[in-house]
Amino acid sequence: MHLSVFNTVPIQYYLLISTVLFCIGVFGVLFRRNAIIMFMSIELMLNAVNLLLVAFSTFHNDANGQVFVFFIMAVAAAEVAVGLAILVTIFRNVHSVDIDELKQLKH
Amino acid sequence: MAFYIFLFLSAIAVFCGLMTILSRNPIHSALYLIGCFFAIAGHYMLLNAEFLAIVHIIVYAGAIMVLFLFTVMLMNLNEESENHKPALSKIAAVVAAGLLGFVLIAALLRADTTAVPQLPEGNIGQIKTLGKVLLKEYLFPFEFASILLLVAMIGAVLLAKKEKPVDKLAGDVN
Repeated sequence: MHLSVFNTVPIQYYLLISTVLFCIGVFGVLFRRNAIIMFMSIELMLNAVNLLLVAFSTFHNDANGQVFVFFIMAVAAAEVAVGLAILVTIFRNVHSVDIDELKQLKH
Repeated sequence: MAFYIFLFLSAIAVFCGLMTILSRNPIHSALYLIGCFFAIAGHYMLLNAEFLAIVHIIVYAGAIMVLFLFTVMLMNLNEESENHKPALSKIAAVVAAGLLGFVLIAALLRADTTAVPQLPEGNIGQIKTLGKVLLKEYLFPFEFASILLLVAMIGAVLLAKKEKPVDKLAGDVN
């Protein structure tokens, strides 16, 4: 029987760190205009959620949470591949990844 | 001891996350994000999820960030390429993210986590346990994940492919 981390670190601390990381991700999406940095912020948000899933999975001793993290990783990989392909296409046409340049649909 | 490791990893994760957002150079952002991912992998180690920690490093630091770095290098972005946002929208971003964090922390820290019965200790982070759950209870979503990855791969290739010039059979539309 091994020592659980929850003997010394309360689960509330994991809630706190995950919330802080998630809010940094939200902040990045709102703050930056570079589409690549916004993608990185989305990855940060996904990782904050993953961290909390693993923490509660260990806390409740339930493997389902960690299996969910696997699926989130698979979906994140697919999302990044398609998203970056779209970005490359946008860059080829507009010569910029600034989201303020993408106003063609507005008028 | 575990508490200090937790604090150390959390400090690295938050610092690298912030520097990801605040760096002017996209390459620096990507490198800071890799640091953040390693800190999160350390958290997984601390939580006895060894297999997930390794998979996290392989998938995120190994595959996804390499993809990001390749894209950044392909576009040849430098620091001057980004214009400044108006100050009002920057302030709005700070306020919105701060308020969201405030609401989430206020709501989550009051959650009653002691009401849930704590099960006896076990090694659920091991690949043996996770593989059994993944291939018994989640076999169908597992297969769908493979289809999703295949479709994403084909879609990425189709999207990023250079468009051929219009051939003569298609008529002279252009």
